[in-house]
Amino acid sequence: MELIFEKSQAGRRAGRVPSHGLPVPEVPAELRRAQQPRLPELAENEIVRHFTNLADRNFGIDTGFYPLGSCTMKYNPRVNERVAGLPGFVNLHPHQEDEGAQGALELMWELQQILAEVAGLPAVTLQPAAGSQGELTGLMLMRAYFADRGEGERRDTIITADTAHGTNPASVTMAGYKLEKVATTDRGNLDLDDLRAKVNERTAGLMLTNPSTLGLFDEGIVEVAEIFHSQGALLYYDGANLNAVVGISRPGDMGFDIVHYNLHKTFSQPHGCGGPGAGPVAVREALEPYLPSPQVVRDGDTFRLDHERPKSIGRVRGFAGPFGVFVRSYAYMRAYGPDLRAMSETAVLNANYVLARLKDVYELPYDRLCMHEFVLSARGLKKEHGVTALDVAKRLMDYGIHPPTIYFPLVVPEALMIEPTETESKERLDHFVEAMTRIAAEAADDPALLKDAPHERPVRRLDEVKAAKEPIVKYAFGERPLVEAEA
Amino acid sequence: MAAEESYPEGLKYHPEHDWARIEGDEAVLGITWWAQDALGELVHFEAPAAGGTTTKDAPYGEVESVKAVSDVIAPLSGEILEVNQKAVDEPEIVNDDPYGEGWLVRIRLSNPSEADALLDVDAYRAVVAGQ
Amino acid sequence: MTAGYLSLTERDRDEMLAAIGVSSMEELFAQIPASVRFDRELDVPPALSEAELVRHLEELAAKNAHTGSELSFLGAGIYDHYVPAIVDYVLQRGEFLTAYTPYQPEMSQGVLQAIFEYQTVICELTGMDVSNASGYDGFTVAADACLIATRHTGRSKIVLTETLNPQLRQVVKTYAPGFGLEVVEVRHVGGTTDPAQLAAAAQDAAAVIFPQPNFFGCLEPAPDLAAAAKEAGALAVAHVDLTSLGVLEAPGAYGCDMAIGEGQSAGNYQSYGGPHYGFLAARTEFIRRMPGRIVGETTDLNGDRVFVLTLQTREQHILREKATSNITTNQTLLALGGLVTLSWLGPAGLRELGETCMSLVGYARERIGLPAAFERPAFKELAVRTPIPAREVVRRARERGVHPGYALGRDVEGMDDVLLIALTEKRTPAEVDRLADVLAEVC
Repeated sequence: MELIFEKSQAGRRAGRVPSHGLPVPEVPAELRRAQQPRLPELAENEIVRHFTNLADRNFGIDTGFYPLGSCTMKYNPRVNERVAGLPGFVNLHPHQEDEGAQGALELMWELQQILAEVAGLPAVTLQPAAGSQGELTGLMLMRAYFADRGEGERRDTIITADTAHGTNPASVTMAGYKLEKVATTDRGNLDLDDLRAKVNERTAGLMLTNPSTLGLFDEGIVEVAEIFHSQGALLYYDGANLNAVVGISRPGDMGFDIVHYNLHKTFSQPHGCGGPGAGPVAVREALEPYLPSPQVVRDGDTFRLDHERPKSIGRVRGFAGPFGVFVRSYAYMRAYGPDLRAMSETAVLNANYVLARLKDVYELPYDRLCMHEFVLSARGLKKEHGVTALDVAKRLMDYGIHPPTIYFPLVVPEALMIEPTETESKERLDHFVEAMTRIAAEAADDPALLKDAPHERPVRRLDEVKAAKEPIVKYAFGERPLVEAEA
Repeated sequence: MAAEESYPEGLKYHPEHDWARIEGDEAVLGITWWAQDALGELVHFEAPAAGGTTTKDAPYGEVESVKAVSDVIAPLSGEILEVNQKAVDEPEIVNDDPYGEGWLVRIRLSNPSEADALLDVDAYRAVVAGQ
Repeated sequence: MTAGYLSLTERDRDEMLAAIGVSSMEELFAQIPASVRFDRELDVPPALSEAELVRHLEELAAKNAHTGSELSFLGAGIYDHYVPAIVDYVLQRGEFLTAYTPYQPEMSQGVLQAIFEYQTVICELTGMDVSNASGYDGFTVAADACLIATRHTGRSKIVLTETLNPQLRQVVKTYAPGFGLEVVEVRHVGGTTDPAQLAAAAQDAAAVIFPQPNFFGCLEPAPDLAAAAKEAGALAVAHVDLTSLGVLEAPGAYGCDMAIGEGQSAGNYQSYGGPHYGFLAARTEFIRRMPGRIVGETTDLNGDRVFVLTLQTREQHILREKATSNITTNQTLLALGGLVTLSWLGPAGLRELGETCMSLVGYARERIGLPAAFERPAFKELAVRTPIPAREVVRRARERGVHPGYALGRDVEGMDDVLLIALTEKRTPAEVDRLADVLAEVC
């Protein structure tokens, strides 16, 4: 398919800009643009066709089943788009005086209350732009908390699980901490002996997802919390897997002191091919003073942004946060009410059902009931037929299904991490089981079919080595003429 | 075309999958077959500058494939005399010939006795077997 | 199972429990220790049907003073530019809206190609060689640039001009301690930055970040600022406005190493501050240090041209603790809105957009009976001096249905009497006349 630049014709245009016949002040010569940028030049109908054709080459949740582990690809309700697009929200400027933004501030405050109830922690910031930024914020909060207690120099290490999502160690580095890893047992829990050996007076805290990236609830979580708290350290909860436990178990009650949420996972903000998201953070009362500034607060019947926060870590993102995401997540929560619990229960039911039907078809590294996701291994297929998790993933595409997460977590070789989510019907789950079962059989009978998959997509398998070795990251206009100034 | 698995006699090995060929008071360094196999086809070698130094057990550069970046660990300390430009220009040579044309740097040893701490072929094979 | 958006029936559930080999849902949760089980109902507002939900949200929205209910000249980083109707169409396509990050390229050629086109557009506008697929916003990309600069130069000092958006400076200062960075600021002189002062501050700096145009609406001597940074061995980073790059020079053309900024002006609604997209572009030599996604071109088994996320080894999910950043989810959908808008404008439209904004500033200078605060050319914002505190001017003007602009004293000491008036292409001469009348009344 052609690039939009390859469809351009000099002189074509789509939009018109208002002009009022006013004189245009001159830009000083040394600041003036010398060469017009080579932006696309198409009429509007062709622009629409271009993006429509691109959409046709893309697969979303709206297209079909999307069991990407740890991403929570649940249905994104359309009503959320309608309400997020209300003029009173989209045409509201962030610098509007608080009196003129009461609807927005009230929505944010209500969202904070619901998030606090879900986490079991009282104080919430909505500012972070994504889960990763929420993690970084959480670590900065830890640093501020300990610095205020004169323990900042001493506590220089964060402990993560060896199954941790890659953002955890990266966040640790960005926050200026050292990293220590703790092992996972054969049952999928943190190794308590290894933990006791590693937690000491230099430990600032733990970063953990529960359930873990293996989809397993840590049965020793109460002891884990005790080990850290007894050393005066804190516990940080990575909320990527929160969809498993809403209304069932609260991170605050598990012993976590800081929690981040992924509104684009648990609370249906559409993934948008890679964003936007939002990563609000909830904390225990003792950490509240350090939350980013400004905070949304309530004074009787009115709401305002509080900038008077002397102990705050500062600002991590512009304005009060990604407000459009808040509208969608708040609307989503209001559609469920207290039945958010049923959302998580069904997520766990759906995952266990698929697990029960696939555990004899692929290798199951941890033979336990799972939570909202589980991990299989294609190691057997690799050993016997030379077929890898990657090949299985590519072949699934031919069945009209988006592959699950592959090669993660790192502790499982040839990993396939499957998270169906609660919005899928039983028929969808059965279709997925059938596809995976047939693929396992194809691996034995016709491995070449899998090695060359996919066969039914707009493109075949790609040369990723070439892309990395000779990076071409923008269109080379080549012989195309420069845009001429319009007569 | 990646090489067959091999771990030549006559080389010294570091448990982080690096090798050293000691030639008098100099040594040639590189990564082992196991390392290049784990990484996959290399797309980039972030090389140090000649004139710099290597420190035993510390990284002196990076190799990168599509799926991973890895530090290259120095088995021995010394002054870098030469960097293999071919590995920089065509990193896949490290996959094809990890012990020959895929060498990475040549150093003048600053502490030759460090070689005693390195592994011989059998000890390194044991490390590989445990991976 | 009638809650929310669930698809299962009671019968489904019973069949599934049987297949799993348990007799009740409760058994699925036995792995959770009893002491951490949540035993009561969530204390959250009750569920609403869809119609009730819409009404509730409409009531909340109605409590906001938006551009439909109040004539507004607010800017200061977020602007009321026109978002073309086709942006709504493209961004609501489910294949874009509901897809994940394109890690499986055979399922995602649509968005991969779109990001490649976006990267191209950003490079064209800024005069750079490589752009990533977007950052969180126009302020956090400054933190990203600082990290690139410190790793590249080995230096740990960052120089910011006071004329940068205050929120950008706050964000950089929040990130700085974790990166081990010292942040130094250069005061403004007459509303812009003095290159000699910048040169002095830039000694031993990893990077200098300056805006064009700046937070006060003024045009900076950008080429001189870039030169001052380079003289001192620091990287020159320009924080720019995409809507200005049809009339103002590209940073790459006057020696900058990186160009960053807030993309909202091109293709996103104001939406009370987000979500929007930050852009980050740089010279080729920095490509391996760039955080975030980058899409590259390659071929598939049939030899056809295809697109794929490349240099992913820089990203958190492979490099983990050595990553250049922890960014995962970024702002792709909003960046797509930017691409659609810039395509819709084309080079002629973008130039006209800049000219219309500048012409309205010129008109406002004449009509508004308040003196300009700074003797400098402007792009789309005019700072004027008010005889009473600007915050009071805002309050009184709003009572007359006009929001006259941003009171700079909210952020900048000594500027309680400066009002920043934004003039985008959505403003008209008649609206400027109204503003002038209201200001004459209230001042």
